[in-house]
Amino acid sequence: MTFGVRLLVWGERACFTRPEMKVERVSYDVITPSAARGILEAIHWKPAIRWEIDRIKVLKPIRFETIRRNEVGSKLSSVSIAKASKAGRTDTLLTFVDEDRQQRAATILRDVAYVIEAHFEMTNKAEAADSIGKHLDIFTRRARKGQCFHAPCLGVREFAANFQLVEAEAELPEADPVHLGKSIDLGWMLHDIDFANDMTPHFFRAQMTDGLIAVPKFMPREVRT
Amino acid sequence: MSAIANRYEFVYLFDVTNGNPNGDPDAGNMPRLDPETNQGLVTDVCLKRKIRNYVTLEKDGGEGYAIYMQERAILNNQHELAWKALEIPADAKDGYKKLPKDAAKAKELTDWMCQNFFDVRTFGAVMSTGVNCGQVRGPIQMAFATSIDPVVPMEISITRMAVTTEKEAEDQSGANRTMGRKHIIPYGLYRAHGYISAKLAERTGFSDADLELLWRSLINMFEHDHAAARGEMSARKLIVFKHENVMGNAPSHVLFDAVKVQRVKGEANTPARSFADYQVTVDVAAVPAGVNVTDLI
Repeated sequence: MTFGVRLLVWGERACFTRPEMKVERVSYDVITPSAARGILEAIHWKPAIRWEIDRIKVLKPIRFETIRRNEVGSKLSSVSIAKASKAGRTDTLLTFVDEDRQQRAATILRDVAYVIEAHFEMTNKAEAADSIGKHLDIFTRRARKGQCFHAPCLGVREFAANFQLVEAEAELPEADPVHLGKSIDLGWMLHDIDFANDMTPHFFRAQMTDGLIAVPKFMPREVRT
Repeated sequence: MSAIANRYEFVYLFDVTNGNPNGDPDAGNMPRLDPETNQGLVTDVCLKRKIRNYVTLEKDGGEGYAIYMQERAILNNQHELAWKALEIPADAKDGYKKLPKDAAKAKELTDWMCQNFFDVRTFGAVMSTGVNCGQVRGPIQMAFATSIDPVVPMEISITRMAVTTEKEAEDQSGANRTMGRKHIIPYGLYRAHGYISAKLAERTGFSDADLELLWRSLINMFEHDHAAARGEMSARKLIVFKHENVMGNAPSHVLFDAVKVQRVKGEANTPARSFADYQVTVDVAAVPAGVNVTDLI
């Protein structure tokens, strides 16, 4: 037996980066189930549970804008950290941003709002004390009070997400009229990444009808080719 | 250093007079604009850069306050010398080539980075340490700063009484003048929102002393960032919401909504030209119980 939760999330900007265009980032049209899971986990998560996204309701029209920023081109290497750590000094470990600079444009979403409908399932890490009711209570209590483990974001951390619990008895907020009476094929979208199997990405065909996207179950074992 | 025990949010107001707070590389370094509303924008990374620069100035590389992401201008040559002076001992077994597969080793590296580098502890860093521990998520999250009102960037043409090359001089038969352009915003008051997670601070060891330093850097960073392009920039308000509970006592948007920035009465339809044209109010009654509001500026 599982219980669903419904969370309204919104923000001024969002970037759910398409994996095929991630150097100069281009966002998907809507939030991915993976990003939605991240938002729920920012509010409550334990190894005993796994969030499953059931449906996503897109409330606002889909609009884009671009922004170009200076970014750095490389990551810190563990090798140089190990060296500096061994030598016990920090002055050898640094990167000069203007020597390692890349300018990247990002095509991001503007003014987004979604309702995430999700439930969680118990994992094999669950112990006797981990009842479904307990985790559900913790989540709803935190979401209702605006508590979170860390501030959730809309794809990337500079775009913070506001959130509000949609109470069980409340009606879902209405989608913008532009979405009504239409069925739009959003193409193949990232569903989530299977961390148990070497970070394999899984995709699904996203179909938005009246602003509503039904997310198929994430079944790592059964979709193997 | 023990980590902070409270969640925080902050509203940071800063203004610019006759300057360019953050140029847009896509628009020939014009001030960044939100194309839909004409409000000015300053990116999160722009503000983080200034925090790093301030910490570099104040702590000057003091122990535990090294900065990983350096700006060339702040570099002192000792860094380069250090690279040469410190002939890094090569490991006999070539052990460094392999990424630390073992999670404990990776964690050791991450911890060391957090202890020594203020910016890693504060903003996090992506470290390609292979398995699991490759990324540190810092407790501080900042959003884009947006101006309260639409801003109108102006293009100012300027002249220089010199030229760069002899050919230019010849072309001008010795008049030797070149024209340049500056983009400025006559006035803009910007509002930024920040989030500090105590739970993530636990993981990086971001302490109360670090928090004090962060506030100091927000208050003072523009004082040490003067440049021809910037004009006059100053920090105007830093309103901090401190939650009693480690997870927080109220939704962040409720707290942000309690801070209102309005034009002073009777001037609503005229362009703002100074901070005196605005009124900042904090609706303390709207702040839920368990959240403490302080004005640091």
